[in-house]
Amino acid sequence: MRIIIKGGRVLNPGELDGLMDVYIQDDVIAGIVENADATPPFEADSADRIISADGCIVSPGLIDMHVHLREPGEEYKETIKTGIQAAAAGGFTGICCMPNTLPVNDSKEVTRYIIGQAKALASVRVFPIAAVSRGLAGDSLSEYGELKEAGAMGITDDGKPVKNSQLMRRALEYSKSIGLRMISHSEELALANGVMNEGPTATRLGLSGIPNAAESIMVMREIALAELTNTPVHIAHVSTRESVRAIRAAKAEGIPVTAETAPHYFTLTDQAVAEYDTHAKMNPPLRSPEDREAVCEALTDGTLDVIATDHAPHSDLEKQVPFDEAANGVIGLETSLSLGLRLVDAGVLTISRLIEIMALNPARILGLGSGLRVGGKADLTVIDLSVNYQYRAANGFSKSRNTPFDGWEFQGRAKCTLVSGRIVHEI
Amino acid sequence: MGLLKKDLLDIDSLSVDEIQTILDTADGLKEISSRPIKKVPTLRGKTVILFFHEPSTRTRMSFDIAAKRLSADSIAITANTSSMVKGETLIDTAKNLEAMAPDIIVMRHSSAGAPYLLAKALNAGVINAGDGMHAHPTQALLDMMTVREAKGDLAGLRIAIIGDIAHSRVARSNVAGFTKMGAEVRLAGPPTMIPQGADKLGAHVTYDMAEAIADVDVVMMLRVQKERQRSFLFPSEREYAARYGLNRHRLKTAKKDALIMHPGPMNRGVEISPDVADGPYSVILDQVANGVALRMALLYLLAGGVRNADHH
Repeated sequence: MRIIIKGGRVLNPGELDGLMDVYIQDDVIAGIVENADATPPFEADSADRIISADGCIVSPGLIDMHVHLREPGEEYKETIKTGIQAAAAGGFTGICCMPNTLPVNDSKEVTRYIIGQAKALASVRVFPIAAVSRGLAGDSLSEYGELKEAGAMGITDDGKPVKNSQLMRRALEYSKSIGLRMISHSEELALANGVMNEGPTATRLGLSGIPNAAESIMVMREIALAELTNTPVHIAHVSTRESVRAIRAAKAEGIPVTAETAPHYFTLTDQAVAEYDTHAKMNPPLRSPEDREAVCEALTDGTLDVIATDHAPHSDLEKQVPFDEAANGVIGLETSLSLGLRLVDAGVLTISRLIEIMALNPARILGLGSGLRVGGKADLTVIDLSVNYQYRAANGFSKSRNTPFDGWEFQGRAKCTLVSGRIVHEI
Repeated sequence: MGLLKKDLLDIDSLSVDEIQTILDTADGLKEISSRPIKKVPTLRGKTVILFFHEPSTRTRMSFDIAAKRLSADSIAITANTSSMVKGETLIDTAKNLEAMAPDIIVMRHSSAGAPYLLAKALNAGVINAGDGMHAHPTQALLDMMTVREAKGDLAGLRIAIIGDIAHSRVARSNVAGFTKMGAEVRLAGPPTMIPQGADKLGAHVTYDMAEAIADVDVVMMLRVQKERQRSFLFPSEREYAARYGLNRHRLKTAKKDALIMHPGPMNRGVEISPDVADGPYSVILDQVANGVALRMALLYLLAGGVRNADHH
């Protein structure tokens, strides 16, 4: 199979930036050709497909480090198949799936099952993240060696903080030798017995609040343990200015900490909850305008490394209930890139920085080879910057519709997603 | 003039004129409760469902009596008699109620915002009889009625609300109501019981009880719940009574004729001393009596007033 992606701005931050044609032969990039004089690896007439990328960015494949696929166990919310389709539509060539399935991914059987299902679909790459502790119970370590052999890419007790600091320390020490990256859901539960951000809106609505410190206390603990064990820790879904401040200071000290935030934290504030809209209920909660600003700034200056969606599908059964009974979480795979592009439009990020935090940095943190280079795997995202569209959750690929962005107008989205030289999504 | 609304969910969505109308109507209906035969045919043939998802005796009884005095048929269902214990969702329960064609559903729920969900799903009018920590609009209206009765006008009055503001829907609705009518409201309690951003509700916030009640026209005490001690909101009832309890001595700094209010039930000796609760300026039992009249007014305005006039 031969594909030419023609006339796009090829952007591999730090390495390539210019109008070029990308030649794909089977699963690899066979050539990146800058001008008409250069010799292409194969003639245009011998190509099976020529994709016009006029006005588009041709980027290394986007990777979402934080996705919930709900299979096994809650297939009525999402399956590996529908999750992958949503990912492809959102421009992602790889996604990490979190271990809080039923059963929990704390065994090689579950890891293998997920990888097997994903492989059979021959689409977006799926990288399972396994549980830090068995059953996410926080009592004992999962078998990291076996999980790694089965294909797990990292560990987290996602959704549940590791309460016991000693267990966290040992998990870091032990996983280091095996090469599994720790991802921390940073939350001090004793402070977090609320349903939205603590502040004037919660007070007015009569909803119990979660203070910023519920997050930053645990972020600070993780930093202390990363320093103690000299082991990298990745902080999931950062939402507060205090967390940002702590991570910035830790990085300045050379402590091995990386961090992500999600599109809803740089787009929305707790005002979105104002009408008891359960689509704005998530954990950590949407915060204040000052927090939102701090998160944007941290994406710009490198304090936050990654945009990840925390794609969390829930059916209407979990969302069409009183606010305090509703499940936490929003879907995000199909809106993440467009929301990121809004930051580019607003001048918060350059397009190059956006690709760094949506493609290069996740790959680096997970230890995946990536990038857009001759001889490399043809995992690419073609981003059409000019297209205007209205996002309708009902027309999405995800099985669930729980998003506060339904009906939003966007400019820019993935036009085409290629994994190993196969077109897995195209509009 | 009537109410053009289908529902009564909170105070914020009421205009000053609408509040006046409700209070005037309630004043007019109050007399019915003092007749030998306490019943008028106004809402004959109307059905009021009292849907109480959280335990409540006085509010439910107050609505029940109000409905019966207007000759409406009222039926009470509570959480443990409804299908919700069998796992039915709130919306399904609501739709089943709707299928029985009630005119008004009076709802109490432990979740803030639950009545909004119901009101959106139903054609019947919904009256919020208390949702979580959010709102208790009928309580605020009966409080306003009681104060207006004693003081003539609400504008310009100073009102102190003291106690566990954080968990109080009564406090939230009263701040909204009294400030809307031109009164000044002060909130006081220990910092653990004052929620973040309480000052943004439109009231003055202080942790000092003396400051709160100096020169006020009304002191409204809130119930302190013993179980809050377990969430570290205060060290002991003893200390709470000493720092935030209302007694005769403390009351001296308020205006001489300051009204004493309490939404009940009271913890005598904790937030309020018995002599103050039973003193000459206590209107605590007037609140209860006015509650019936006020709820009659609302049922009348929502089920029998202008909105449904064309059905008569």
